[in-house]
Amino acid sequence: MEINLEKHFQDTVDAEIKIEPKDWMPEKYRQTLLRQISQHAHSEIVGMLPEANWITRAPSLRRKAILLAKVQDEAGHGLYLYSSAETLGISREEMYDQLHTGKAKYSSIFNYPTITWADMGAIGWLVDGAAIMNQVPLCRASYGPYARAMVRICKEESFHQRQGFELLLTLSKGNEAQKRMCQDAINRWWWPSIMMFGPPDDESPNTLQSVKWKIKRFTNDELRQKFVDVSAEQVKLLGMVLPDKNLVWNEARGHYDFGAIDWNEFWNVVKGNGPCNKQRLETRKKAWEDGAWVREAAMAYAEKKKEKNVKAA
Amino acid sequence: MNKEWPLWEVFIRSRQGLDHKHAGSLHAADAAMAIENARDVYTRRMEGVSIWVVESKHIHASNPDDAGALYDPANDKAYRHPTFYDLPDELKHM
Repeated sequence: MEINLEKHFQDTVDAEIKIEPKDWMPEKYRQTLLRQISQHAHSEIVGMLPEANWITRAPSLRRKAILLAKVQDEAGHGLYLYSSAETLGISREEMYDQLHTGKAKYSSIFNYPTITWADMGAIGWLVDGAAIMNQVPLCRASYGPYARAMVRICKEESFHQRQGFELLLTLSKGNEAQKRMCQDAINRWWWPSIMMFGPPDDESPNTLQSVKWKIKRFTNDELRQKFVDVSAEQVKLLGMVLPDKNLVWNEARGHYDFGAIDWNEFWNVVKGNGPCNKQRLETRKKAWEDGAWVREAAMAYAEKKKEKNVKAA
Repeated sequence: MNKEWPLWEVFIRSRQGLDHKHAGSLHAADAAMAIENARDVYTRRMEGVSIWVVESKHIHASNPDDAGALYDPANDKAYRHPTFYDLPDELKHM
């Protein structure tokens, strides 16, 4: 019976028919999705922090309104994803708990500091650009609620990248100090951005299964190469350079070759030793704890009102 | 007290004249808050002109395992479709 269910499931996936919450699914599929979706949701929520850092110091009202809208989108994206994860049978509270205790991870990129205004541009262009590269194929993921959330997210994400590039473009046409600031931000965000695609394929044992289940459509290295190819061209429009002396067009491959990634740094940040890991988690926990009385008061008020309505009826 | 806000399903009418369509879900203490949250979460770019919210626990769903039996009555009734009828090509306006 079990074997038939698995076969029926794989046939459904192979036929590009979506899996919905009440359909039978292998336990490992459910867990893989849960881990991936909740990690993505946590990344959106923690991802608000490095940018929130600059809202009060945006250089103009226009830039401030844009940054606010972007951060609000990220809160929204986190919520779409949390609710899609909840369809797999986990509670919101459980997910928050996993984030706050460090049991669940979020994207390591958010453990880097945002030290200049140009970082807002570099995050939009590179970090959101890498995220989009990752996310567009997820719109076709085999799990319905996840795919639908991703469609919504991808529609909104495009402005995030464009505003970032526009910000850098403005700096790149500015004075010497502004140009330096622009290049410096690119230098600091480039390598962490291409690490966002995850470990190389030969060290990513779960990728094959995820591709078979059509959760993922491309491997980490495929997406990374695509992102490098696109960025290497885009940077020219800024009159800036990517900080990789080995970055060179390879005619035979039809792709850009690029230098070796420092995976030690990647794993070090994943393990909690990045520049901002502690600060991010503490800020997040404090926000949650400080909001406790609001959540409790709202619930108490709702219950009291319900009682009153019952009595009145 | 440590009680999680209940889960609500959100339905949005994107334009006057169209059906409300399921948009997703969210947590809120009561219906009024659910509508306000739905506005912020699901209509930041004018995606809606009307919002319905219903507590998720009130939704009853059919079981996919029963799909075979449930939809069986419609399975063998091809004559319910206009293409079932074989008519001469000369027949116009039908």
